[in-house]
Amino acid sequence: MTTPSSPPPRRETPPFWRDPAKRALLFQALMLAALFAVIGFIVSNTLENLDARGITTGFGFLHDTAGFGIVQSLIDYTPQSTYGRTFLVGLLNTLLVSTLGIAAATIIGFLMGIARLSPNWLIARIAGAYVEIFRNIPLLLQIFFWYFAVLRSLPSPRQSMSLGEAVFLNIRGLVVPAPVGGPGFVWTLVALAVAVIAAIVLVRWNRRRQAATGDRLPAGWISAGIIVVLPAVVFIASGMPLTWDIPKLGGFNFSGGITVLPELLALWLALSIYTGAFIAEIVRSGIQAVSKGQTEAARALSLSGGMTLRLVVIPQAMRVIIPPLTSQYLNLIKNSSLATAIGYPDLVSVFAGTTLNQTGQAIEVIMMTMAVYLTLSLLVSMFMNWFNARMALVER
Amino acid sequence: MSKLTLNTTPVDARPAPKRSIGAIAWLRANLFQGPINSVLSLLAIWALIAGLTPLIQWAIIDADWIGTSREACSSGGACWVFISARFEQFIYGFYPSELRWRVDLTFVLFAVMIAWLALPRLPAKKLAAVLTLAVFPIVAFYLLHGGLFGMPTVPTHRWGGLMLTLVLAVVGIVAALPIGIVLALGRQSKMPIVKSISVVFIEFWRGVPLITVLFMASVMLPLFVPTEVDMDKLVRALIGITLFQSAYMAEVVRGGLQAIPKGQEEAAAALGMGYWKRMGLIVLPQALKMMIPGIVNTFIALFKDTSLVLIIGLFDLLAIVQAALADADWLGYSIEGYVFVAFVFWIFCFGMSRYSQYLERKLHTGH
Repeated sequence: MTTPSSPPPRRETPPFWRDPAKRALLFQALMLAALFAVIGFIVSNTLENLDARGITTGFGFLHDTAGFGIVQSLIDYTPQSTYGRTFLVGLLNTLLVSTLGIAAATIIGFLMGIARLSPNWLIARIAGAYVEIFRNIPLLLQIFFWYFAVLRSLPSPRQSMSLGEAVFLNIRGLVVPAPVGGPGFVWTLVALAVAVIAAIVLVRWNRRRQAATGDRLPAGWISAGIIVVLPAVVFIASGMPLTWDIPKLGGFNFSGGITVLPELLALWLALSIYTGAFIAEIVRSGIQAVSKGQTEAARALSLSGGMTLRLVVIPQAMRVIIPPLTSQYLNLIKNSSLATAIGYPDLVSVFAGTTLNQTGQAIEVIMMTMAVYLTLSLLVSMFMNWFNARMALVER
Repeated sequence: MSKLTLNTTPVDARPAPKRSIGAIAWLRANLFQGPINSVLSLLAIWALIAGLTPLIQWAIIDADWIGTSREACSSGGACWVFISARFEQFIYGFYPSELRWRVDLTFVLFAVMIAWLALPRLPAKKLAAVLTLAVFPIVAFYLLHGGLFGMPTVPTHRWGGLMLTLVLAVVGIVAALPIGIVLALGRQSKMPIVKSISVVFIEFWRGVPLITVLFMASVMLPLFVPTEVDMDKLVRALIGITLFQSAYMAEVVRGGLQAIPKGQEEAAAALGMGYWKRMGLIVLPQALKMMIPGIVNTFIALFKDTSLVLIIGLFDLLAIVQAALADADWLGYSIEGYVFVAFVFWIFCFGMSRYSQYLERKLHTGH
């Protein structure tokens, strides 16, 4: 028989504010409540204000006729088009200048970044001066400089500067010949596509063959040959169906050719030079991050100078370069919105500018504009994460 | 029998071969290592001479410096008279000239505080930081805006020029720092709601361009507040800039927090410290030191970005020069104007970036 023992002293449960888990719950609930209160306050104020000003909310305005012209459009656009169409035109113009800018900034940045590491004292100093000057001056000022001080002070079309009587530069912009494909020209493009695919297949096959047998073909030269020769043969065989529409001066302006607006030129120049300075720094630090032992080890394995660079240094440097490079690309896309200051018809200029002023739909227009940039940012950072995961060192 | 002698006095060092010292050797080692480098060097020298000669001719030799009107500019070079004639406006905007001593005093106070913070030899950094972040903004506000001790009020639409640029940048950074710290702590929090609110807030502001933020501040913010609240244009821009900047600041703070070993916080927890004590006494003081270069870099970016306020109609340094260029008396001197603005911005940004590099070297004490 067991003797009844006294029950163990009951542990008092601590009050809920001494329990971290409960406290966290309470804190988060309070925070959510505060957030909803702020949002509710803003929404009710906004509705009241919109009501007082007689503005109806909603996206119905996108179907109304815009009634204003846009100087540059990649798709068909007339003043009779809708506001929805202006949104598309602006978006495409933003993408156009961003793509051009990213391409040029990458080239400038890599050239200057490598030049900063040149053993040639003068070249390294010039590249260094470029970086230090252009990244420390506001981008907007650089855009103004190229637009107002350089391109707006060019001569009139009659006194254009010309290069070989085919390319003209004047206050209205840069006029270049436009390629006009004849009936059979599409076959040359097809041949080019086939050649590129063949080259990729060849390089892959060569890599597998090298892994299996140790032999390798000079695949770089062969694929370059395929890409040049195949389209050229097709081009000549189909009777050279390509003519150039050369701009002609008639009256006070040029007809024919493609006119690149001075606004686009100024924005492109400023964006590429400004972002190029940042990319140069990224490239320099990326290359310097590859330790010297890597190069020495590659040379000890008797890789040639070019192979050392291509197979050892650049792949490791790219791993350091790519993440900040992507964020520079994102910056460039976001900075292209400065177009509105010189009147290049980008998304912010035609949509958050003109459309907003004409319709008064501030909330919808600003939200749509921000959503575009957010989407672009998200897409680029998703790509970056995917790329990083692919490139990351496989560690044990 | 021959005698062996042992010479114990060292022979004098012979001079290095002529080929490896002096200017010629330096040139051989740095400019003319091989045929390609020689060609590159010659090209670079030619480009420098071809480019810099007309520039120096224009900017210095042929330039006009003295005078008050455009008639003084007759030499064909740069017309710096334009800058000197408008200099006060470029610095103070439309601030009443008899009250400009207040702006000057603010500038001097600011310079003293920054020197106190930045020069490593001066003592009592904590006091300086508290004064700069908490006391100086209030003093500066009453000095610039007036309305206290019988100082006449200067409405913000008369502010402009370099003064406005500095106000925007300094207020933006000082106001964004505490918000950024809270957001960064929130992002590291284990509470899911706190964490997701912080992440969404940070990524939203980092994903949109500053221009759209300024547009939003100028057209949407008035809709968000009750009708009777009338917000000043400058205040609206400052709210937009602060929100935008706080997201970037949060990322800087996060970088600083991540640089502190986890053991620090665990040790503090083992001593029985609560969350706010662990953060406030152990982690943040160490992290803040690591963050200074990042803060300086964000400040440089913001300082350059303040020029965007021109789009919503505020007259910062660039905007006021841009407006002066349209003045009929001074048409055609846009290059001089832009060069002046570029020079001012460049001095500030280059100086700050050098300081931040110096700090990074100093903080990077090795592992």
